[in-house]
Amino acid sequence: MLRRISTALYLRSWLLLLILLGPPLIWMTVIYLGSLFTLLINSFFHLDEFTGQVVRGFTLQNYFDLFAPANLDIFGRTAGMAAAVTLADTLIAFPLAYYMARFASQRVKSTLYLLVMIPLWSSYLVRVYAWRLILAKEGILSWLFEHLGLGFVLDGLLSLPAIGGPSLAISAIGMFLVFCYVWLPYMILPIQTALERVPRSLLEASADLGARPGYTFRRVILPLAFPGVVAGSIFTFSLTLGDFIIPASMGNSSYFIGQAVISIQGTSGNIPLAAAFTVGPIVIMIVYLLLAKRLGAFDAL
Amino acid sequence: MRSNPPLARDPAQEQASPLLKLAALAGLLFLHLPILIIFLYAFNTEETSFTFPPPGLTTRWLGEAFGRSDLWDALGLSLRVAFLATALALILGSLAAAAVYRSTFFGRDAISFLLVLPLALPGIVTGIALRSAIGMLHIPFSFFTIILGHATFCVVVVYNNVLARFRRMGGSLIEASMDLGADGFQTFRHIILPNIATALLAGGILAFALSFDEVIVTTFTAGQQETLPIWIFSQLTRPRERPVTNVVAMLVMAITFVPILIAHRLTQEK
Amino acid sequence: MPNANPPAIRFVDVKRFFGDVHAVDGVSLDIQDGEFFTMLGPSGSGKTTCLRLIAGFERPNAGQILLHGQDVSNLPPYERDVNTVFQDYALFPHMTVGDNIAYGLMIRKVAAEERRQRVEAMLEMVRLPGIANRKPSQLSGGQRQRVALARALINQPRVLLLDEPLGALDLKLRQQMQIELKTIQKRVGITFIFVTHDQEEALTMSDRIAVFNQGKIEQIGTPAEVYEHPATAFVAGFVGVSNLIQGEAARKITGSEAVFSIRPEKIHLAEPETPVPANSFGADGRIREVIYLGINTRYVVELDGGGELMVIQQNLNATSMDVLAARGQRVRLVWDCSHIRALGSAEAGKN
Repeated sequence: MLRRISTALYLRSWLLLLILLGPPLIWMTVIYLGSLFTLLINSFFHLDEFTGQVVRGFTLQNYFDLFAPANLDIFGRTAGMAAAVTLADTLIAFPLAYYMARFASQRVKSTLYLLVMIPLWSSYLVRVYAWRLILAKEGILSWLFEHLGLGFVLDGLLSLPAIGGPSLAISAIGMFLVFCYVWLPYMILPIQTALERVPRSLLEASADLGARPGYTFRRVILPLAFPGVVAGSIFTFSLTLGDFIIPASMGNSSYFIGQAVISIQGTSGNIPLAAAFTVGPIVIMIVYLLLAKRLGAFDAL
Repeated sequence: MRSNPPLARDPAQEQASPLLKLAALAGLLFLHLPILIIFLYAFNTEETSFTFPPPGLTTRWLGEAFGRSDLWDALGLSLRVAFLATALALILGSLAAAAVYRSTFFGRDAISFLLVLPLALPGIVTGIALRSAIGMLHIPFSFFTIILGHATFCVVVVYNNVLARFRRMGGSLIEASMDLGADGFQTFRHIILPNIATALLAGGILAFALSFDEVIVTTFTAGQQETLPIWIFSQLTRPRERPVTNVVAMLVMAITFVPILIAHRLTQEK
Repeated sequence: MPNANPPAIRFVDVKRFFGDVHAVDGVSLDIQDGEFFTMLGPSGSGKTTCLRLIAGFERPNAGQILLHGQDVSNLPPYERDVNTVFQDYALFPHMTVGDNIAYGLMIRKVAAEERRQRVEAMLEMVRLPGIANRKPSQLSGGQRQRVALARALINQPRVLLLDEPLGALDLKLRQQMQIELKTIQKRVGITFIFVTHDQEEALTMSDRIAVFNQGKIEQIGTPAEVYEHPATAFVAGFVGVSNLIQGEAARKITGSEAVFSIRPEKIHLAEPETPVPANSFGADGRIREVIYLGINTRYVVELDGGGELMVIQQNLNATSMDVLAARGQRVRLVWDCSHIRALGSAEAGKN
């Protein structure tokens, strides 16, 4: 009878724990950790040029290949974009997060929170697609620039080396805009959380001691908001580092890490090299996460 | 902290400077305007271009989109994948949340970390890791391998929601139920389930949204199958079907909006 | 006392550890049927753990627990004929008051009509008629507490456990509930086991009190016994005010260096040269502090021979002005020899 089973489990709480924890733990360990492990192992194999098969012998060749100038280029380009996006998103997110934390009434805050969450959870691809429409040569932004008589500004931007391109939709500037857009909610929320935790008494004390609002902002609020910024930057950095959708939709021929990984494993089936390539971002993110932990970002998550 | 109210506004205190309000509003608009653009373009008469302003408005593309069988196939696949992945995530996530809540055991904090890892690490890492493992075991890429990947990163969404609800519920409710004569199963049915129901629903909705929209891991774990995001992605890189894509984009946005709203409501503090 | 029936609860050298912490460290006791039994002690003394051991939420690491003669070590809470009123009431938020109270009956598949009637009867008994359709969130603290009581009592358990149920109530309400609980217990006639850290509450309500300290019981007895004849310095200090005198100061008063205690209300304040009657002790000193409390006044007196004694006097005739003026004056303390208690433990008690 059910009651007897229940009592048996009650008396042996380790058994109940096993039943509860077992399935998810087994799943995550076998499927996820297991995959990560095979990825790591694969990075030490290599692809035989002639047979096109993966040879299961230990070698560090893939890692050496990572340091080829072309590949270093890819890493640098991706990391540079990630850094730029992180910076820009911080600047855009901060006023909104600050307003939400400090000045919005409860009702307004709840609505704003919802408004920030909606883009976060609605289709990422659609939002990227929306920007293709906006940035297209005949699209809204061009039209806007033309109408404001600033067409030459746009042309000038687009003719810049490295970050320009035939149109906004196919340029690094365009990619930058889209990256900033899609990750923005990830930056707003942690900053808002961190700011909310600043007790008002600190600000009152600061004013009481004679500081003007600007000074209080710089010396009291900003440092306390910093862990939130770092927390948000984890997302923006990591997501940019691994993304291939946006570079594929809007980039020219120069690859980002994500695209490199796909093409390497896809066309040539060179999983070992792709694996080694992927280890790159993993390492970068681990270092970043450790740094962020030091800076107190995990409390703001 | 009673004596240290948080940063929120005291009605008697200062108002935000107009500059701040402007900057905040700008941020908000930046977030939402592009979405509105989609709606505009879905009704564009002009077939091949993205010209602004659109020359005319028509509903004819809606009709065309509905007639496309490949679109329906992709949608159907996405829905089936999302349902199964969500079901799996609900089970695994709830079990994990229950285990973490009721006992302290060695490695407890590690569980939360492990569960969030698929979302914390970039998608290509999860994607290619799964691909290399599946390939190594010579398993064919199929519907089931897609679900494998999706369920893995959806678990944590359910887990977080259910765990937070457990914590709010408090353990004395369960003890009270048992004290009054209900065994474990009866307690689950009468007390636990009703109290976590909305958390399950919210977590399920969010997991569904996550799976429905996912493209990166799916690219790596699918065989010939095409989910809706993969279909959209192919349009992004090799645009052939602009007007239909516009319609699809608009419909996807509209459809995901309502469940997000619901999930948000369900997780509000009473 | 010889009793044919087994005691309602019997602990035989029960121990419960949490890692290194000995929450319950060798507790043995008997609780009789129909008693109002209080477990009294400071936080962490083991009293709540003992309650949870009886309910079945904890299992002992050693020793035996018997409910009406039956060993319950392997019985989960839902198999024990015991019900609990929790400290936070633990009312099910998603059910109405009526469904909450009827929960135990529902589990046992009692018919709906009978449930309804019994719920109504219960609500009458706890003096909350007609609220069966409200939700717990709509009730005040005092009302919730009574609903929790009704929910437990409706199952007619042989033993009712109450875990500091009055802690969240304000003073007036608490005092009123103390009387009500006692009345209900007399009416229903079942064993009540009450956990509290408030010694006044314990003295008010109990038939017997067990004083807990650091996982062990220091004394079990009626309120009068525990108050008038504390077995150890801890009990003397925890139940009522501790007036401990030992060593040299004790010798000057009683002739012996052994520790003794004297209750503050048993001491008379007298003029400095008042003759000490036969069968009484006297001690001279100076009033160091006066605390006016409305009903009575506390005097802290520094003794010439060393040590301090607290004296409590009712303000029968004096006003606050009068008593406060006593500060600094010299006084002679006199009390009956029979009122002092020699103590077993040499440790200083705590208030």
